[in-house]
Formats: sequence, structure tokens, C-alpha cells
Amino acid sequence: MDFDYSVEQDMLRDTLASYLADHYDFETRGAVVATPAGWRPKVWADLAERLNLLGAAFPEEYGGLGGGALENAVVMEELGKALVVEPYLGTVVIGGGLLKQVGGALAAEWLPRIIAGQAVLAFAYSEPQARYSLAEVATTATKRDGGYVLNGRKTGVTGGPWASQLLVTARSGEGISLLLVDADAQGLTRSDYPTIDGGRASDITFHDVFVPAERLLGAEGAALPLVERAADEAICALCAEAVGGMRRMLADTVAYASQRKQFGVALATFQVLQHRMADMFTALEQSAALTLVATMKLDRPAAERALVASAAKAQVGKAAKLVGQAAVQIHGGMGITEELALGHYFRRATAIGSQFGSTDFHLRRYADLSLADAA
Amino acid sequence: MNLDFTAEELAFRDEVRAWIKQAYDSELKQLMSQSKNGYLDKAGQVRWQKKLAEKGWAAPGWPVQYGGPDWTPTQRYLFQSETAAAGCPIVSPMGIAMVAYVIMEYGSEAQKRRFLPKILSTDECWCQGYSEPGSGSDLASLQMSAVRDGDHYVLNGSKIWTTHAQWADWIFCLVRTSRDAKAQSGISFLLADMRTPGISIRPLPSLDGPIDGEQEVNQLFFENVRVPVENRIGEEGLGWTYAKYLLQFERGVAYGSLLRYLLAKIRKIAKQQPAGGGGMLIDDPDFRRRYAELAVRVEAVDAAEMRFFSGVESGTAVGAMSSLFKLVGTELQQDLSELAVEALGPDALPFVQDSFAEIRGRPASPRPIPDHVAAVTPLYFNYRKTSIYAGTNEIQRNLLARHVLSSAGVRG
Ligand SMILES: Cc1cc2nc3c(=O)[nH]c(=O)nc-3n(C[C@H](O)[C@H](O)[C@H](O)COP(=O)(O)OP(=O)(O)OC[C@H]3O[C@@H](n4cnc5c(N)ncnc54)[C@H](O)[C@@H]3O)c2cc1C
Ligand SMILES: Cc1cc2nc3c(=O)[nH]c(=O)nc-3n(C[C@H](O)[C@H](O)[C@H](O)COP(=O)(O)OP(=O)(O)OC[C@H]3O[C@@H](n4cnc5c(N)ncnc54)[C@H](O)[C@@H]3O)c2cc1C
Repeated sequence: MDFDYSVEQDMLRDTLASYLADHYDFETRGAVVATPAGWRPKVWADLAERLNLLGAAFPEEYGGLGGGALENAVVMEELGKALVVEPYLGTVVIGGGLLKQVGGALAAEWLPRIIAGQAVLAFAYSEPQARYSLAEVATTATKRDGGYVLNGRKTGVTGGPWASQLLVTARSGEGISLLLVDADAQGLTRSDYPTIDGGRASDITFHDVFVPAERLLGAEGAALPLVERAADEAICALCAEAVGGMRRMLADTVAYASQRKQFGVALATFQVLQHRMADMFTALEQSAALTLVATMKLDRPAAERALVASAAKAQVGKAAKLVGQAAVQIHGGMGITEELALGHYFRRATAIGSQFGSTDFHLRRYADLSLADAA
Repeated sequence: MNLDFTAEELAFRDEVRAWIKQAYDSELKQLMSQSKNGYLDKAGQVRWQKKLAEKGWAAPGWPVQYGGPDWTPTQRYLFQSETAAAGCPIVSPMGIAMVAYVIMEYGSEAQKRRFLPKILSTDECWCQGYSEPGSGSDLASLQMSAVRDGDHYVLNGSKIWTTHAQWADWIFCLVRTSRDAKAQSGISFLLADMRTPGISIRPLPSLDGPIDGEQEVNQLFFENVRVPVENRIGEEGLGWTYAKYLLQFERGVAYGSLLRYLLAKIRKIAKQQPAGGGGMLIDDPDFRRRYAELAVRVEAVDAAEMRFFSGVESGTAVGAMSSLFKLVGTELQQDLSELAVEALGPDALPFVQDSFAEIRGRPASPRPIPDHVAAVTPLYFNYRKTSIYAGTNEIQRNLLARHVLSSAGVRG
């Protein structure tokens, strides 16, 4: 067993952390998320060109640095600490992850563009009736003229307004197919809106959108296992991001409680608050460890991978709530204001709670998987 | 013992129901369906409270001589249950349920005549100026100074977390008139006209979304603000006594019926929200169990409140019971708002910019939000306040502990 980061992973963390310290302070971020665009393509270009970071998790054959899921976790934890809105999850973790899974010509064509910061991806899988189910797909992909015709509606597509390409799940016959679709394709309409965490999302309608056959990922109708794996990778990355956010919330709370005085003493001298900070720490440390375990198991057989990914998401979901709520409470009135960064971390933690399945959803998935042969 | 209502009580309940049906009109209802904190916008709030006043029901707790309806505890309970069950707006407490009681108990005849009728009719709105940046839980450490200058006090300092100060015509505040004595005894209780020169307001945007004149809390700055001495309540230096008297009203709200309303909202969401996989959330066993757990907690608070308000107080100090209700009531508000968010699933993510914008014909969030979804996530964020305001829940637990220990003859 070895939970130590490699020298390269430590360097990756340090490089990103120092870039974010210089370019991603809370005030600047606040100003940016309030603009119509809501993000900074310049930051994205820096991550690609200056830091060479978008390739950290990809094999060298595509122009990457040879890393994988752990590199994604390192990056996501730092992005979580700085509350970064730019779409690393959608583009690199999910989009790049799916392309890496299928390999072949599509990967050879698109991974280098992702790594260079030229292609920004968003994952369009959720539909109004689906809740958190990946298999509930009503959007259809019908074979026609050497390609597919897409019809249907996707909701809550994170990073939708920023994407140059969308990865779209659609039903073809009995199975689910996955297509890479240009965001400006004819017949595609997008309605964009801000989300509670300062991000952007879109609801997208497909009306006879034509997609050439070579834009199909994997075999027709056989995409569900690909998508399930991508979702587990996304879950691990989100958990890492949440761990970064929790670290920041705990640190801010400790600092505030040490400095704010009531009744002539620092808040930190009240035992009930000390215990609450101890509980925050406990929840956080276990979340960090389980996230690493889940990340290291992403290459295991599907059932094993899914079990621990669900365990991590359920643990992190509960922990992020506990840490966020305690942090707000210990800050008193200050905790409910927009002025402090804290509230924004709390909102992001709340959003993570429902991305790719809530705590309840993952507890049930865990029960189904772990009790399957007990029946 | 008997849980049944008498024929008169049932008739009263029907009267309340019938009145709500016509008074709580569709415009108010539509505003309320978007509310993220239980209040309407100012115009709506005033319109609602005036309707209540016209009917003579604005101030259930007031004595008849000042315009109260002379209800029995059961009638008050029924009135509260009916208005909460119908989802009516909260009546702003600062005037009717707070400062009015202090004026009645400790104010001069002139103050009673000047202020009480306008509080009752909602012609004048009030805000509460207790907390300061350096003084929250430790209220007695407050610093805003009031220096006597002839027949005026001159106020300098800052108040914070002042709910709806931007709507208020008057503020009641605690100020320091002496620094010589023990912290508590140098405090006085003043009423100030919000239009007095030298008062300025800084809105404090909060977690539930950016401000648009509907912000809940503000910071106030007082710069050489001259307040006539005749606006002081009672004696100089006894403000702490009056403030403590007021506190029992601030915390004396019943939660049961409001919590039942929140439960109903969750049921409504669960009926309309797909569970993923064909069925609806309302049939999902995990959801049902979480719902039932919360509903049972609501039953318990409601039972304790009915027992308390019907007068069977079994010797427990009122203060202890109001701390108990504040604690369990607000924790349930938070937990229910949390379940509502989770019931929405992915629909919890869109951000509601300004809950009332669409109704007023201004562009709001581009995503059309159905009523059962609107304001659910903002309410969850907004309700983080409930365990902080009106004395934090840690402070309530300290008070309860003191009560439990002192009942056993132990000093905590
Ligand atoms: C099953 C069992 C096996 C044990 N085996 C051994 C053994 O093999 N060898 C041995 O030496 N001892 C043993 N112990 C003793 C054990 O270490 C003590 O019970 C323990 O340290 C608590 O001490 P106490 O029982 O005197 O409780 P107290 O110290 O009197 O504590 C009573 C309560 O007050 C709380 N409390 C005390 N101080 C604080 C504080 N500063 N802040 C907040 N709360 C506080 C405690 O948490 C507890 O809830 C055993 C105990 C048990 C129950
Ligand atoms: C939405 C909202 C509306 C409000 N409206 C008004 C209003 O209209 N008028 C007004 O005057 N005030 C108002 N308040 C202020 C409110 O009364 C204070 O926020 C509250 O008293 C807490 O004070 P604080 O915010 O300074 O927190 P602090 O007192 O700094 O407390 C910070 C944390 O320390 C804990 N703590 C403090 N002392 C102790 C202790 N002895 N033991 C254990 N833990 C402790 C607290 O519980 C809290 O968790 C409002 C607050 C909010 C959030």
C-alpha cells in the first residue's frame, strides 16, 4: 500500500495552486461569474498552454503527460479550493475520459485538441424524467444517410454555454449510443441559465440534428458501460473537488473562531464549537481518504469500481453538508452573507451534493451492489 | 383531557377559513409562491397586513383595549394553524409582536397613543436595532453611544443584521448611555425615526441570492443622529430590562403549523418529481422513510406546542419552553428545506435571480420555473439563518442546560 503522491503529482499541485493564487482570487472570480460570459477563456488557455495541465491525465501518445485519475483528483482538489468554475470536469474528466475509453480515430483527433485547450466539452445526458439515472434516455438517434438524426431534450447540461462540442446520450433501438455533436449544429437550440454555485448550465433541444457516423463513440447501442464508467470517474473528481472545498471551509472557520470574540473570549474557546470543528475535521479526513481509495479503484472491474464510487459520493455528500452547515453556523450572521467566500463554497458544496446522484441515490446503489448476492 | 374542539371553536375555525379564502387573493398567492423567506415584497406585505387589521385580526396577542381580538389560546392556535396551512405570509413581527409589547408595558401614555394605532394598521413599519458588528450573542457588550445633549440624544455607531430596515419607518434600538456601570446597566431603549438625518443603510446580500430591494438584512450607520429624549422608553439605563421583556415575545412563536405547511410543500414536489426509472418520488421507499422521520418530529413539536399553549404548562418555565421550541422548530425548518431541495433532484441547480421579477414583468431567470420548484433552493440557503437569528441555537442550548441543571439545584 502506498498513499503518497509522486514528485510529479506534487509538482502538478504546486504549479496549479500558485497559478490560482495569482489569478483566481475570490473577488476576481466573483466579478467574472457575474458577467454574461460567466467564465474566462483566458484562464482556460493558461491551463492548457502555460501550465500544460489539461494533458496531465492523458497518455503521451495523445500529447498528454501520462497520468490518469489521480492527476485528475489532484487538479480537482485544487480547483475546489479556489472555487474554479472553468469546465475541467466536463472537458477533461468526462469528455476526455470517454474519448480515452473508446480510443481509435476519434480519440486521436479530439484528445490533442482538448489538451491544447481548443475543444471545450459538455456532457449532455440528463433528461427531465431521468432524475439521476444514466439509463433513462428518451432522446433518440435514428440511423440515416451515413449518420444519425438526433431528436429530444437534455436538461441541466453543466457548462453548456461554454462548450464547443457536446457528448450526447441517445437511444438507438434497445441500447444507448453516445455521439459527439458540434454545439452549433443545425437543429440544436440552447437555453442557458446561471446555477446556484456561480456556474452556467443549459437545457438543450435537438430537432433533427444530423451527426455523421464517425462521430459515434464505441459501438451503436453499447454506450451504457462507457457512460457508467465516465460517471464514476466524474464522481471521484467531484469528491476531490468537494474535499478541496471542505478544507477551505474548515480553515476559514478555524481562523474566524480564533479571531472573533464574544463574551470577552475567542469563539474557539467554547467547547461546543470546538467539538463541531472536530466533527468537521473527522468528516473531512475520512472523505479525503475514501475519495483516494475510490480513485485508485477506477480501473477495477465495474461492480467493484461502482461500489466504492458510490460509497465515496455518499460519504462526501454527507460530509460536505456537515462541514458547510457547521461553517456557516460558527460564523453566525457573517456566515449567511455573500461577502465572505464561505457562503459560495457552501453553495458549491450543495450543488456537488446533487451532481451525478445524491447521497440517497448512492446509498441505494451501494446497497443494491453490496447486497446483490446476499439474497 | 380532551383533544376535540367545541362547536364554538369549530365555528371560529370555519370563519377564519372563509376569510382566508377571500382575503388571500391570487396576486398575493402568486407572490408567495415565489417567496424565498416567507415574506412578500413590501407592497404585498403591507397589503396583507392591512387586510388583517381591517378584520381586527392583525394582533392576536394584544389586549382588547389596544385593539386585540380577545381570543382564547385555542382560538389563537386555530388562527395560526389555518393561516399557516393556507400558506399565508408571515406577519412582520418587529412592530406588532415586539416593540408594541414594550410600549404597552413600559411606554408613556403619549408613546402609546402615538405609536400603537399605526403599528396595528401597518401605516408604520418597524425594524429592530439590537445587534452590532462586535455584539451578537453577547448583546450586552453593545457599543452604539447615545450622548445627552439638551433634550436630545446624539447617536453614533453601527447596527447590523437589521431585518427589512429598508422598509422601516421606525427603529427601536438599544444604545449605550453610560460606560461607568456594569455592561447591562448602561443601556437604554430608544425609538428613532428612520428618516432622521445621519442614518444610512448598507444592504447585505445573502446566500439566497443577490439583492433587489428585497434583501432581508442590512447594516446601519448612525452619524450624529439626534433623537428626542421623549422617544426613550422608560428610564435611562434600564434598557436591558425592557429588552429582556421583549425577548420572550421574539421567541414565543408557534412552529407546528408552519412546519406542516412545509411538509405539504414537500409532498407536492414529490408528487410531481419523477423518481428516475418510471415512478414518481412520492412512491420511492427511501424518500417515504425520510419524509416520515421528519413528519414524526413535526408531530412531536406540534403536540408539545398544543399542550403548552392550551395552558397545561406543568410548571416548566416559559423561557425554557420558548428555547425548546426555537431549537426544535428551527432545526426542523432547516431539515425540511433540505429534504425539499433533495426532492427536486437535478432541478435544484438553476439559480433564481430575483424571485419576484417575473411577476413584476422584469426578466428573471431564463429558465421557466414551475411554482412547485420556485424558491426551494433559495429557501434552503435562507433558512441557514434560523439557527442564528433570535439567539443562536448554541445560546438556546446553553439556556436550556441552565434550566435543566437549576431545576435539579445545580449551577451550570
Ligand atoms: C468497558 C471499559 C473498559 C475499561 N478498561 C480500562 C482499562 O483496561 N484500564 C484502565 O485504566 N481504564 C479502563 N477504563 C476506564 C476508562 O478509561 C474511563 O472510564 C474513562 O477514561 C472515563 O473516565 P470516567 O469513567 O472516570 O468518567 P469521567 O472522566 O468522570 O467522565 C464522565 C463524563 O464526563 C465527560 N468529561 C470528562 N471530562 C470532560 C471534559 N474536559 N470535557 C467534556 N467532557 C468531559 C466524559 O466524556 C464523560 O462523558 C475502562 C472503561 C470502560 C467503560
Ligand atoms: C437573517 C438574520 C436576521 C436578523 N435580524 C436581526 C434584527 O432584525 N435585528 C437585530 O438586532 N439582530 C438581528 N439578527 C442578528 C442576530 O440576532 C445575531 O446574528 C445573533 O445574535 C448571533 O450573533 P452574531 O451573528 O454576532 O454571531 P456570534 O455571536 O459571533 O456567534 C458566532 C458563533 O459562536 C457561537 N457562540 C457565541 N457565543 C457562544 C457561547 N457562549 N457558547 C457557545 N457558542 C457561542 C454562536 O452560537 C455562533 O455559532 C439577525 C440575524 C440574521 C442571521
